[in-house]
Amino acid sequence: MKIDLKQVEEASKEIYIRALKLLPPDIKEGFKRLDASETNATGKAILGTMIRNIKVAEANTNLLCQDTGIPIYNVVIGSNIAFDGYQLKQAITKGCERATKEHPLRSSVVHPTTRQNEHTSCGRGVPVINIDFSDKPDELSIEMIPKGSGSEFNSWLKMAFPADGIDAIKTFVIDCVLEAGGKTCPPTIVGVGVGGTADLCVHLSKVAATRPLGTSCTDPEGAKLEQELSAVVNKLGVGPQGLGGDSTSFAVHIETAATHITLNPVAVNMQCHSARRSRATFTPQGLSYGF
Amino acid sequence: MAHYEFDMPVTEQQIRQVRVNDTVTLNQTLYGIRDATQIHMFDHGRKTRFDMRGHAVVHTAPNVKWVGETEAHPSGYEPICIGTTTSARMERFTRPLMEQYGVRIIIGKGGLFAASQAALKDIGGIYLAIVGGAAALETTWIEQIEEVDLDDLNPESLWKFRIKGFGPLLVAMDSHGGNLYTEVNKVARDNRAEVLAALGVKAC
Repeated sequence: MKIDLKQVEEASKEIYIRALKLLPPDIKEGFKRLDASETNATGKAILGTMIRNIKVAEANTNLLCQDTGIPIYNVVIGSNIAFDGYQLKQAITKGCERATKEHPLRSSVVHPTTRQNEHTSCGRGVPVINIDFSDKPDELSIEMIPKGSGSEFNSWLKMAFPADGIDAIKTFVIDCVLEAGGKTCPPTIVGVGVGGTADLCVHLSKVAATRPLGTSCTDPEGAKLEQELSAVVNKLGVGPQGLGGDSTSFAVHIETAATHITLNPVAVNMQCHSARRSRATFTPQGLSYGF
Repeated sequence: MAHYEFDMPVTEQQIRQVRVNDTVTLNQTLYGIRDATQIHMFDHGRKTRFDMRGHAVVHTAPNVKWVGETEAHPSGYEPICIGTTTSARMERFTRPLMEQYGVRIIIGKGGLFAASQAALKDIGGIYLAIVGGAAALETTWIEQIEEVDLDDLNPESLWKFRIKGFGPLLVAMDSHGGNLYTEVNKVARDNRAEVLAALGVKAC
């Protein structure tokens, strides 16, 4: 299947804007679930405001949150797909720039030392473009995630000792949730990377934080751990916005990778309640948009 | 738990009567301020022409559209989406903002810390918790961007908003030492041992 790069550019623009305005159905369901079980009056009121905000954004076709984030594009290339990889990255970047200028959106991206804002949401190494491959024939998928800074600001990596075992992982996750408090805009999705190298571990924590609610880690050991942590994290009482209550997190998600015999790495990255993402899928039937 | 409607600006006396868990709705004027704005004001010696005495600031950098100066948009900017950012990064600016500019109300999310708590107590100020990430709703409380200063820092300019019914917002820190965040944090830390035990963690 041949891919039209002009269409990729258009789709990359479209999915940035769609991600900022339309919350995925699994997150909306997550809100319903938390709202039904919240026992704290302040927490309940805050969840109500968040749910109302989703409706206002849809009614006014406005952005859910003012933070347009750092743009991340996750590209998954199926088999039998033909295109120039370098030009694909250029098309995505161009689409990201156009979304920023044409909507317009606040460019939240600056040079790390000069703090210069090019007002394009792009810069050195940004948008982040992750490329992976799948065995799906004739399908190119591009997922867009505007990663807000409130949740990104609270990111951690610990290179624990093997002798510290799984207890070190569990303790670290709980302590990160406590440390984050209300700063990450809870209720959050707590993303945990376990294993790998330092950089892979942090990357996995981001993959976990941005995974749809209701999905499980494909490693049975990871799935078990995420069930255990999800079952107790809301007993901490941090609550929505850190102002108390049961709804600290929608879930704890875990992604794992094999690691070195000497290492026991654990990383935590969180996704805020505005857990935004959108997707463009190219197949022989054409381009479609979803989550 | 009382509710207050404030037509901005306010006096120290008005602020001193407010306690944590009360709610406040603001009307008329609100200033938008952020990291770069305050870095330039307090570290680089830049000044603003705005008179912020008795006023409220919200930690924000809005999405705006340049439409040119008109009666409807006197600043030239049309508001698109205005929401609130995490306050923690701006902790060290609370006292100078209050001392040098007379600001009485800070609106943010996630709360501030001990130095800000002391400034709120010493000078007479409150911190109002807005629901972070609820920017589509917050935008409906803003009628207009009246003026903008330090706009070379855009989007982290100093924004002057005309507001109507901005709230209700929860009083999370008051001028008497009350702080909902530290109360919740203490409860959560007290729950830590129980949670770790439930996870089967042996030594903590």
